[in-house]
Amino acid sequence: MSGFLAALLDPGLPFIRNALAAGLLSSILFGVLGSVVTVKRIAGLAGAVSHAVLGGVGLALFLSVKRIAPGLPPIAGAIAFALVSALLIAWVSLKAKQREDTVINAIWAIGMSLGVLFIAKTPGYIDPMSYLFGNILLVSGRDLLLLAILDALVLAAAWLFYPQLEASAFDEEFARTRGARTDLVFLGILAVVAVAVVLLQTFVGIVMVIAMLTLPAGTAGFRARNLAGMMVGATALSAAFSALGLAASWSADLPAGATVVVIAGASFLAAAGARGAARALARGRGARASRASGGPGDEGRGAKP
Amino acid sequence: MAETTARAEPRSSGTPRPATRPVAVRFDEVHFSYGSIGVLEGASFHIHAGEFAALLGPNGSGKTTMLKLLLGLLRPDAGRVLVFGEEARAASRQVGYVPQAVVYDPAFPISVAEVVLMGRLRGSFGRYGRADQEAAARAMNEADVAGLASRPYAALSGGQRRRVLVARALAAEPRLLVLDEPTSNMDAESEAQLFQSLGRLKGRATILIVTHDTGFVSALTDSVLCLGDREGRRGAVVHHPAAPVEGEPPKAFGGAALRVLHEAELPEDGCFSCEGEER
Repeated sequence: MSGFLAALLDPGLPFIRNALAAGLLSSILFGVLGSVVTVKRIAGLAGAVSHAVLGGVGLALFLSVKRIAPGLPPIAGAIAFALVSALLIAWVSLKAKQREDTVINAIWAIGMSLGVLFIAKTPGYIDPMSYLFGNILLVSGRDLLLLAILDALVLAAAWLFYPQLEASAFDEEFARTRGARTDLVFLGILAVVAVAVVLLQTFVGIVMVIAMLTLPAGTAGFRARNLAGMMVGATALSAAFSALGLAASWSADLPAGATVVVIAGASFLAAAGARGAARALARGRGARASRASGGPGDEGRGAKP
Repeated sequence: MAETTARAEPRSSGTPRPATRPVAVRFDEVHFSYGSIGVLEGASFHIHAGEFAALLGPNGSGKTTMLKLLLGLLRPDAGRVLVFGEEARAASRQVGYVPQAVVYDPAFPISVAEVVLMGRLRGSFGRYGRADQEAAARAMNEADVAGLASRPYAALSGGQRRRVLVARALAAEPRLLVLDEPTSNMDAESEAQLFQSLGRLKGRATILIVTHDTGFVSALTDSVLCLGDREGRRGAVVHHPAAPVEGEPPKAFGGAALRVLHEAELPEDGCFSCEGEER
């Protein structure tokens, strides 16, 4: 750990500071968007969007190396694919509910496969590993700036539209009776998640973005009293997991993204286990108390005939 | 049960009615179908402002569809659905809606007070302000859930949740309150509290209860509408009278219940309070 702190302060190792900054900036997106994704139960949709991004990365690499679109950065293709897949998924989800699962999985698989095909046909050697699993040590100043801008936009949107986000996640039909355009809210969430996934994949990679969008939010959800509390808690947890993961990966020479995800996953499982144990204990106590007082109270009498 | 009360007088709420009472809800020759499956084939009825009405119908008779048309969540294929004289969708902010249940993620962290505040949602933009907090607090008092305000919604019993949803609907200060199967899976105490709240509200707002229980209605009820198939046509509505049951009244709705007299009916869009004079 002290080695990591020394490396952070070493003027010759700017990439360590960039990596930590990227982890902390990502935490806001993981925390705020992750909470929305979790309570709206659209983690599967976010997973499909993030995996489809590989298709865009592959296409951009292919076009730029083949000199069809020289200098086209992979991030441009990634954002295009993310937005197109998000729009497709949103359209299917709103218009053809019964085919939703199939279409989402198809987009997931086709996006990744296109990426593999484009990369295979791109001259020269390209290692897909850094896209799939992230390479935080390659984070650039431009990446940090983009992350900071998206953080600001997401925080502003979450503050402005908090009632609509909360209501459409809790009870979409009721929100519609109050005049909220829940379809636009849904579309907006998916579009922002799509762009975020692209920026976040530099940190943990395409495959593991979805883990960081769900695990810290899920862990925070055990203790949070409301959606805002869940967002704050998930952001704090993400920041802690990122810093810890980076330090551990530096000390033990491990891939950073995977280390962060393992720490987040272990924390979630530990929190879920602790909650389960606490509930079982409370139930046992309640059953003993009710036996002592002579049986359960008013159990309700159900629907009338 | 004896049918001795079948010839009973149509029940009136006791308040004198002016000749032209404003209409809160009007279905005018409404047709609706899901693809080739017809649900409503020319449904017509109306409910006067200030009335306590019950819309009865067995499962599959089109109650939910009618409810969604009324809330502006669906549009009729033909005919008109008017709420306070406006198209249903435009009037939806004047309507408080209490669903049968909310299908939500039980891991969604949210307090009772926050659920009730949701009733103050205004369209796609705008945060809650002080006036919204005050209206939500009043609504929690009216629905007898003020004591639960800081509890997590997921920790409540089914009956308590239903009263919280009533408070959420009341927070909008609606002119029309619509309740979908309000007494299903409710314990007797919660049911009694709910009907006490509705009794206090009666007269200030129009109240419509939608239920599959076609035998009895609450004693608060002014007007009973029955939805079903009639002469080969799906989704027709007729008015029935309701009268107190002789002997021991069934303990329901937090007090005496009225028996629905299915053998007496008025023609479509008829009404015991205006006898069709308004159309």
